[in-house]
Amino acid sequence: MSSNNQVLSGSHPGEAGRLAMWFLIGSEIVIFGAAVVSYLLLRLNRPEWVVDMARLNANAGMLNTLVLLTSSFSMALAHAAAEDRDQAKVAKRLGLTLLLAAIFLCVKGWEYSAKFHHGIFPSTNVFWSFYFLMTGLHALHVVIGMIAITVLWVRASRGTLAPNLNRVELTGLYWHLVDIVWIFLFPMLYLS
Amino acid sequence: MSDMTHPQSFLSKYIFSTDHKTIGKQFLFLGMFWALIGAATAYLIRWQIAHPNTPAPGFGIVNFGQYNAILTMHGTIMVFYVAMPIIVAAFSNFLIPLQIGARDMAFPKLNALSFWFMVLSSVILLSSFFVPGGAAAAGWTGYPPLSADPKYTGVTWGTPLWLLALALAFASSTMGGINYLATLITQRAPGMTYSKVPLATWFLVAGTADFFFSVGPLVAGAVMLLMDTLAGTGFYLPAKGGEPLLWQHLFWFFGHPEVYVIFVPAFGMVFEILPVFSRKAIYGYKLILASLAVSVALAYVVWAHHMFISGMNPKLAMPFSVLTILISVPFSIIFFLAFATLKGGKIKLEVPMLWALGFIATFLIGGLTGIFLGSAASDIYFHDTYFIVAHFHYTLFPATFFGGFAAVTYWFPKMFGRRLNEVAGRWHFALTFLLFNGVFWPLFRVGAAGMPRRIADPSQYAWLDQFKGVQSVVTTVAVLLILAQLIFLFNFFISLFWGKKSEKNPYHSATLEWQTDSPAPHGNWGEQLPQVTAGPYEYSKPGAESDFTPQARV
Repeated sequence: MSSNNQVLSGSHPGEAGRLAMWFLIGSEIVIFGAAVVSYLLLRLNRPEWVVDMARLNANAGMLNTLVLLTSSFSMALAHAAAEDRDQAKVAKRLGLTLLLAAIFLCVKGWEYSAKFHHGIFPSTNVFWSFYFLMTGLHALHVVIGMIAITVLWVRASRGTLAPNLNRVELTGLYWHLVDIVWIFLFPMLYLS
Repeated sequence: MSDMTHPQSFLSKYIFSTDHKTIGKQFLFLGMFWALIGAATAYLIRWQIAHPNTPAPGFGIVNFGQYNAILTMHGTIMVFYVAMPIIVAAFSNFLIPLQIGARDMAFPKLNALSFWFMVLSSVILLSSFFVPGGAAAAGWTGYPPLSADPKYTGVTWGTPLWLLALALAFASSTMGGINYLATLITQRAPGMTYSKVPLATWFLVAGTADFFFSVGPLVAGAVMLLMDTLAGTGFYLPAKGGEPLLWQHLFWFFGHPEVYVIFVPAFGMVFEILPVFSRKAIYGYKLILASLAVSVALAYVVWAHHMFISGMNPKLAMPFSVLTILISVPFSIIFFLAFATLKGGKIKLEVPMLWALGFIATFLIGGLTGIFLGSAASDIYFHDTYFIVAHFHYTLFPATFFGGFAAVTYWFPKMFGRRLNEVAGRWHFALTFLLFNGVFWPLFRVGAAGMPRRIADPSQYAWLDQFKGVQSVVTTVAVLLILAQLIFLFNFFISLFWGKKSEKNPYHSATLEWQTDSPAPHGNWGEQLPQVTAGPYEYSKPGAESDFTPQARV
């Protein structure tokens, strides 16, 4: 890039895509960062939130952390397979990632319904507002990631992903963001 | 490039186009449409201030609820639906690929999507005027608890629709922003090194960088506000354990950089005009870029000067005062380098140059009066008076309109292949310059004398009677200012169809966009990409064959 005498219009589609994904990730980090900082600033002056936090199921949160971390690993493996241009392997590993993401959402959904069952809603108090805001926004990103992965998975299993194999890497970058956001949310909400 | 020669139907060429030039023009027309509505809101606001509770010609009585909604929409429309589409989206789209020698944006489809998101957002914002309860009415800053609970404003549907429209506008700007940044980095023509990139492109991308990494907190904040209005949460409601100041921090963390998102690109485009009409190189190109980088970075750490009287921790007042005043250093350097560029030049006062100089003169007043507001001690007195109204109109009006008219009149031949009428352009500039100052200069005095802003009916307070005369004159001048814009509209649309055909490079400019045909063809360049050999501002070089060296021969 520094010696851009060779740069020709459209000759680096992969590079532009990667850049765009990093910019998108940057802007997502600012969104989640603002929610996290807002939560922490309020949390500092509200020791009574400990009572509410104790009602969260840390085991479910732990399980979900493991599930999501593993899905990041299978996503990385899918990327490696994409580098080898092995579409069958890409499909298998993306399928595994999808399955793990679905497990994550099921556990999250079960947690939500348990809370609703106990009469806890976003409007219960500001702690629960933040809990549902941040985990909800995160779950939304899981769903968006799953849609992208499904598209790639369908095409890879049909063997038609070949010209766009670099999208596995881009989707992978996004998926790791989803993972990292959860790594912040889990201790902050469930453990402190 | 097979897509360069594709036959294009009317729909794919003008409506669902992915050509960056067409998308740029679409944004320009969208912004101009909104400017008319913005002007109408300005008229109603001014009428109510000068002649409270008398029927405004063409509308009728403006009741207090309507006044709040119109005031809110005026700010929202002018910032997000006029300034952003025209200054940022229209010219980033139109100029960046042309100036760096690309065939199009890095992601043309994403670019088209960005425009259609803005259309959808516009439809939603427009429709919010007509829903039960009317449009959002908590100010363009949407401070809770006022915005969070319908019982304060009587607005029910308006607030969520306002938030939804803004969310779509932000999504549009984000898609555009990704494109502008990626295009500059990956799509430059052979030889177009970073030090040969024209200032307009640098400033457009710098403004976008400010948008890109500051809007996140407001997105998070807006989701919280939406939950407060719809889901019964209390993020911002003290009665439910929430914190109203949290919104102000999240809003202004974005809101202050947003001023630069608009002003920085305007200045960049003015910088494109100064060397052309003074036949001189930009003075201190690299120092301008360094100052720009410093101010773009400092823009993130000055936001709390909007909150000196909000009740935030007073210990924050001193650091934010210092940081705010500090940001005037890089901006001053940029101003002085603009003056140095002009000094000793062969200045030709054509219409784009008039607007560029008008921008510098008026924005300077906006910048200097900002120092009174950046310092906590004086801001506490001036806050929420007409001094503030005058100050930010002296920054945003020059950026949006002086900068916008400078850019439109300068690049009109390249956009549409025709010339604007010069005489009409001069009248339009002279009237706008005089009338603009006539509207906002007196308001500094009104504000300094203590008249608070945001009052729907000043006649309720006997002590405000002393300002009645001035306010009434200001309203008359404001109406004339709006009417003067008709000159531009007639000139624009008549020249669009019947203007004199323009040659390739009517002003003898050196930058790349002027070396291709007017209007630039689909794909921008012929079979070959331009080979860039010169810097962007090589004017009046001793020993050169003509008084300018084009960046490339196309």
